[in-house]
Amino acid sequence: MSAVAAGPGTAAPGRDRRPATFADALRCEWTKIRTVRSTFWTLLVAAVLAIGFGALFSAVAAHHYARETLAGRAGWDPTSISTSGLGLAQLAIEVLGVLVITSEYSTGSIRTSLAAVPRRGRFLAAKATVLTAVSLMAGEVMAFATFLIGQALISGQAPTASFGQPGVLRAVIGAGLCLAALGLFGVALGALLRHPAAAIAVLVAVVFVLPGIAAALPARIERNVEEYWPTTAGAQVTAVIHGTHQLGPWPGFGLMCLFIAAAMAAAFLLLARRDT
Amino acid sequence: MSAGQMIEVRGLTKRYGATLAVDDLSFAVRPGLVTGFLGPNGAGKTTTMRLILGLDRPTGGEATVGGRRYRDLPAPLRAVGALLDSKAMHPGRRARSQLVCLAQSNGIPVRRVDEVLGLVGLDPVARHRSGGFSLGMSQRLGIAAALLGDPAVLMFDEPANGLDPEGIVWARQLMRGLAAEGRTVLVSSHLMSEMALTADHLIVIGQGRLLRDQGVSEFTQTSSRPWVLVRSPRLDELAARLTAAGARVRPGPDASIEVSGMDSAAIGNLASASGLVLHQLATQRASLEEAFMELTHDSVQYRPAGTVA
Repeated sequence: MSAVAAGPGTAAPGRDRRPATFADALRCEWTKIRTVRSTFWTLLVAAVLAIGFGALFSAVAAHHYARETLAGRAGWDPTSISTSGLGLAQLAIEVLGVLVITSEYSTGSIRTSLAAVPRRGRFLAAKATVLTAVSLMAGEVMAFATFLIGQALISGQAPTASFGQPGVLRAVIGAGLCLAALGLFGVALGALLRHPAAAIAVLVAVVFVLPGIAAALPARIERNVEEYWPTTAGAQVTAVIHGTHQLGPWPGFGLMCLFIAAAMAAAFLLLARRDT
Repeated sequence: MSAGQMIEVRGLTKRYGATLAVDDLSFAVRPGLVTGFLGPNGAGKTTTMRLILGLDRPTGGEATVGGRRYRDLPAPLRAVGALLDSKAMHPGRRARSQLVCLAQSNGIPVRRVDEVLGLVGLDPVARHRSGGFSLGMSQRLGIAAALLGDPAVLMFDEPANGLDPEGIVWARQLMRGLAAEGRTVLVSSHLMSEMALTADHLIVIGQGRLLRDQGVSEFTQTSSRPWVLVRSPRLDELAARLTAAGARVRPGPDASIEVSGMDSAAIGNLASASGLVLHQLATQRASLEEAFMELTHDSVQYRPAGTVA
C-alpha cells in the first residue's frame, strides 16, 4: 500500500524506546534558536550598539578627561566607560529573551512544543538555559571586544585600565554576566505575560524608566533606589570604582539574580497551571 | 493489539468561564480502526483533543493514552502523534528545521525527518520557510510531524482542511493504512460524508456531550428510519388505503409518495389486494449526512439567522 505511514525499518508500533530527557529538550531549543532569523538580527543589533556606543563613549570621555576636576578624575573608571555600550545592547538581548518564549504564543507553535515536551518545567528550563548560554557567549565577546577597543581609544589621552589592575577583569566578565542575567529576565517576563509588546513594555519600565524616575525623587529615596533597585544594583558588577551609596559588585549582582530568580519561579508556577 | 494503545476518556469535563465546552464525556478509542470524531462546529472536538494531549487541564475527569496521562508519557511523540492546528509552527523556520526540533526533543533519529518529509511529499520544499506554505502544504507538514515518532496512537483534527481532492484521497488512504497496521487512529471532522468513507467507528458529540459511540453501519441503521418510495397511476387512492392501514404518507418528488411505518412487502400486498398497479416500490434510507444532521440538529451552536429549523 502506498500509504504505509511508518516508512522503512519500523517494526510493531508502540514499542517503548528510551525516555526523552532534559538533554533532548536542550538540543531541541538550541535548534530552535539557531533556525529563526530574529536571533541573528537581535544579536547583530546588540553587537552594533555595544561596540558602536562603547567606542563613542570612550572617545568622548577620554577627550574630556583633561578638563575634568580632581574629583572627576578620582571617579575615572575607564573599564566601565569602555563597556558602557552594553547598557544599550542589553535591550536587544532582553528582547531576544522575550521573543524566544512569546513567539511560541504568537505563532501558535507553543501547542506543538508542549505536545513534544509536555513537562512544563523541562520545557521552560531548556529554553531559559539555551537563551542564557547564548546571551552569556554574546555578552562576554562584546564585553571583551568593547573593553579592548575602548582602552585603545582612551590611551594617550587619559589613564587606561588593564587586566592586571584590581577589579578590572571581574568588571569586564561581569558586564557579560549582566547581559546573560538580563536575557534570562526577558524569558521570565515573556513566559509570565505571553505577549511580546506587554513583556517588552514591562521590561523597559523595570530596566530604564523606573531607575530614571528615581532621580526626580528626594535624595534619600533616590539613594535607596540606586542602591537596591535590582538592575542598578546588578550593574555594580561591571564597575571598578563604586560610590558610597552602592552595593558591592557581587552583592549587587546577587540581588539582581535573586530578583530574576523570583520572576522565573513565578513563570514556572504559572506555566504549569495555565491552559495553552 | 494490546490495550496499551487505547485512548480512554472518563468523565472528561472542561469549563471555560461560563462555557461548558466538554461535558462529562466518556469513550474509548480502540487500535486497528479509524475512529471518526464527529460533531458540528463548536461541539468540543478540538477541546477534547487538547485535553487528551494535556495542553489544557480538565475541569473534571481524565484522559489517558495506554493507561497513562499524556504528561507522564516517557517520550510522548513516540507514543502519540497529533495534528491539531497545521499553522501551529513558527512561520520563519524552515520545514525541515521544524521537524528536526521535534525529533531532537524526543530522541528520535534525525534521518526519520527526511523519511516523513518524503512520505508526505514535501521533500522539494523541505528547506523553505513554513510561513510561505499553503494551507494544504502546512497540513502535510503537520501530518509529517504527527508521523515523526512512528507512534501507535494518532490524532488528526480536521485533516482534510485545505487539502485538494487528491490530497483528501491521500490522507484517507494514509489513515486507513495506519489503522491497518494496528494503530489507533482518531480523526475529527464536521463532515459526515468524509467520515463515511474513512471511518470504521464513530464517536459523535454535540455541545460537549456524547451522542453516539458506535460502528458506521450501526450508526446508519439506528440513526435513520427507512421509508418506501411508491409510484402508482392511482396515487391518491393508494395513499388513502395506506393511511387507513396505519402507514404515514407524505408527498414525495415527481408524483410519488414516501411511506413510512410499513415495509415494501406490506405495501405491495396491500396494493395487490386493492387491485392497484404499482410503477415503483423502493426502500430508501437516509444518507449518513442526513442521519448526522438529524442527530446533531438540537446541538448545533452556530446556525445562520433565518434558517428554518
